[in-house]
Amino acid sequence: MVDASAIKGKRKKTTSVRLEVKPTELPDAPPIDTKYFTIYLANPLNSGESTTLEVLYVFTHFLEPFPAEIAQSESQLVFYHDTALILSPYHIKQQTTFIKTPSTKVESFIRMEPTNRVGTEIKYGPYEDRPPYSISPIHVHFENNSPFAVVEELVQEIEISHWGNIQVTEHYKLVHAGARHKGVFSRVDYQSRQSSNGASSFRYLLARLPPRVHSVYYRDEIGNISSSHLRTDSLKSELEIEPRYPLFGGWKATFVIGYGLPLQDFLFESSDDKRYLNFTFGCPLIGMVVDKLTIKVGLVE
Amino acid sequence: MSNSSTSDPLKPFKLKTKQQELLIRVSILCLVYILAFITRLFSVLRYESMIHEFDPYFNYRTTLYLTQHGFYDFWNWFDYESWYPLGRIVGGTLYPGLMVTAALIYRLLHFLRFAVHIREVCVLTAPFFASNTTLVAYFFGKEIWDSGGGLVAAILIAVCPGYISRSVAGSYDNEGVAIFALLFTFYLFVKAVNKGSLAWGLASAFGYFYMVSAWGGYVFIINLIPLYVLVLLITGRYSMRLYVAYNCMYILGMLLAMQIRFVGFQHVQSGEHMAAMGVFFLMQVFYFLDWVKHMLSDTKLFQEFLSITVTCAVAAGGIALGVGMASGYISPWTGRFYSLLDPTYAKDHIPIIASVSEHQPTAWSSFMFDFHILLFLFPAGLYFCFKRLSDATIFIVMYGLTSMYFAGVMVRLILVATPAVCLISAIAVSATVKNLTVLLRSKNKVAQIGSTKGTSSAKSSSKASLDQSQPFQKNGAMALLFGAFYLLSRYATHCTWVTSEAYSSPSIVLAARGAHGNRVIFDDYREAYFWLRQNTPPDAKVMSWWDYGYQITAMGNRTVIVDNNTWNNTHIATVGRAMSSYEDEAYEIIRSLDVDYVLVVFGGVTGYSSDDINK
Repeated sequence: MVDASAIKGKRKKTTSVRLEVKPTELPDAPPIDTKYFTIYLANPLNSGESTTLEVLYVFTHFLEPFPAEIAQSESQLVFYHDTALILSPYHIKQQTTFIKTPSTKVESFIRMEPTNRVGTEIKYGPYEDRPPYSISPIHVHFENNSPFAVVEELVQEIEISHWGNIQVTEHYKLVHAGARHKGVFSRVDYQSRQSSNGASSFRYLLARLPPRVHSVYYRDEIGNISSSHLRTDSLKSELEIEPRYPLFGGWKATFVIGYGLPLQDFLFESSDDKRYLNFTFGCPLIGMVVDKLTIKVGLVE
Repeated sequence: MSNSSTSDPLKPFKLKTKQQELLIRVSILCLVYILAFITRLFSVLRYESMIHEFDPYFNYRTTLYLTQHGFYDFWNWFDYESWYPLGRIVGGTLYPGLMVTAALIYRLLHFLRFAVHIREVCVLTAPFFASNTTLVAYFFGKEIWDSGGGLVAAILIAVCPGYISRSVAGSYDNEGVAIFALLFTFYLFVKAVNKGSLAWGLASAFGYFYMVSAWGGYVFIINLIPLYVLVLLITGRYSMRLYVAYNCMYILGMLLAMQIRFVGFQHVQSGEHMAAMGVFFLMQVFYFLDWVKHMLSDTKLFQEFLSITVTCAVAAGGIALGVGMASGYISPWTGRFYSLLDPTYAKDHIPIIASVSEHQPTAWSSFMFDFHILLFLFPAGLYFCFKRLSDATIFIVMYGLTSMYFAGVMVRLILVATPAVCLISAIAVSATVKNLTVLLRSKNKVAQIGSTKGTSSAKSSSKASLDQSQPFQKNGAMALLFGAFYLLSRYATHCTWVTSEAYSSPSIVLAARGAHGNRVIFDDYREAYFWLRQNTPPDAKVMSWWDYGYQITAMGNRTVIVDNNTWNNTHIATVGRAMSSYEDEAYEIIRSLDVDYVLVVFGGVTGYSSDDINK
């Protein structure tokens, strides 16, 4: 996922303007395994002018857990593979790369001078005058205990009914995609010494739902799961769910979340007698990677 | 008729007395039907719609299999997921009535385009059949006594805790359907005996077939009905009606019962069913004697002929029985039913039956808990039955006495006694209330001039004479009537309290109050089963104590070593030995059984008392 925006204005008064991004092909590039994107500037840039761009890209399944199997009392360490020199088809006069880790525990990192590490930040650079398509592979081995929750498959069914209700049913296949769990799981240790046990496991999942949601249910194949909380206010609703057991590396859980929404919040009538459904599709669970998403919308006959 | 002279705006809506009575009866029955259903829904409202206990999970799993694979595959199903490595022939070792009933209801609802899940149908099957039982109780009460007695019987059985304990929503077990089938069969048979019609006899045979398909307790029917026929014959109440009814029911019922693979040829081979066959032959002898009496005009010759025939018949029957049992063709009484006649048998010979808590003798507190005021209304009802002896009341007296004896031997059989106790108590209540209200109304009728009701005027003349001898009779009747209604209302309150507190817990989910008064739910069982289902390889084998076997196969979807069927005691003993030995020996045993996972229930953290350590 790539997003780009241009920064306008001076230091205190900065605004960012969204720019268009499209994937492209570069036939005369060296044959390395990359994808290319073109960013279209708002105004054409004349010679001698400069502009500031901010590009955001998000990768999934990028961190490799190493060691691949950990016991309950160990914390999770992952590899982050990257290049110290930014891969670009342009000539770069000066570049610096900052890598921020979630905690100060870094096992190792490959140095490429000048490299410096302060607290949670590793600084690669500044590197001057590198030719286009130059790369320099590095990796960082650090501790990352944030929940590696991956939804392997999500099937979302939205049914619109005559009678003023939208019913949404979501079927999840959740898996912990971090370092696999090996050895025993001791519930006593897990509950008593929480800081050092099961640090990379997760229990709580938060879903953000539209306001005025009703009839929320949270079930799986064998019945209702009673460990959930729903908090609503006028702007949003938050559903905090807890799977039946805390998820450790490699463990799976499947469940179904269903809820109803009032139709008048989402259905609009236009001047030419058509109805428009304005709905945010996708996974309402925040901070979740979804591998395969299927959306079914059932319209009124 | 009395206010036809006045112009009344409500005149078109006023009904005649007969129609008023019909309206009252129908509305009471409708309310009782709804009441019987909703009083069993406590656990669905408190927790969720799920199957309780252990045995119902097996029934649920088989019903699921039936709806998914059809009847032929279900009837010939060999289940390799339980009793590893032996497997279980499910088609031949279960009573299919419950599963087939639930599957039919499911199909019907789907046909009407109600897309319900089979689990909801299973959960609500028992309350639905409890409501149907109240209707049958009404008709049965009407048959034995009168429609007032039927109504009271319906009301009493709708809330009686003895029945609710095994038919609450979620308790998807054979007894939920079986008690309905039992009462229905008895009603049809008594109706057949009263009417002497072949149609009712056929209906009772089909009712018996349904009962055989539903529960192993059908042995009670096949022994009680011959005993009843024998009592009728001995008391000289032989009649053509009885002949038609019993023959039709026995022959057709026996042939139909042999269609169930689990029952097989037991009707001709098992000692428990021999009473029915003996009485059948006795009936033929009685018919023959009746014919001879009709042919002969000489009574003295007939008496001699009678004595010779009877001795010959009894001797022939005894020799046949002896030969059958000696040669082993007729098997003796099985341990399960023999322990009912001799309660000490199970403790010495079959420890696994003696270990089940439901099989212990009943304490008085259980009787009071399950029956409340019906306990002293039962002897009162017996008195009223003896006052008006007929074929039907003799039946209900016999049913009541035999079932009360068995209820005293085993706690679980309070369930079988409940319909009899409710019916007999209903007779007591109905007769008492009727007498009291007649007393109350008699004075009014005397005061009314020109009364047109013939019967009440006859009563009023007799009561008028009584009134003069005891001046406070009307007040006494009023007080007694209030007392009776007060007792009945206390009964209703007690029953609802018992249902709510004692019989509505789905033992798979436990709830407690946390420190702040909030409700804390312990869903540990389902957490473990779901973990097994999601995170173990599909061909993993799980070893646990036999209590949890059904739940593991139904919810965890994994193969188990032993489960609640307890048909192979050696296998269970092996598992028991593995669980209680030192780790080295246990490991050897477990490896020899090819087990991957072991499930142990421990209740130390939450104070749960029925865990494996306790066992």
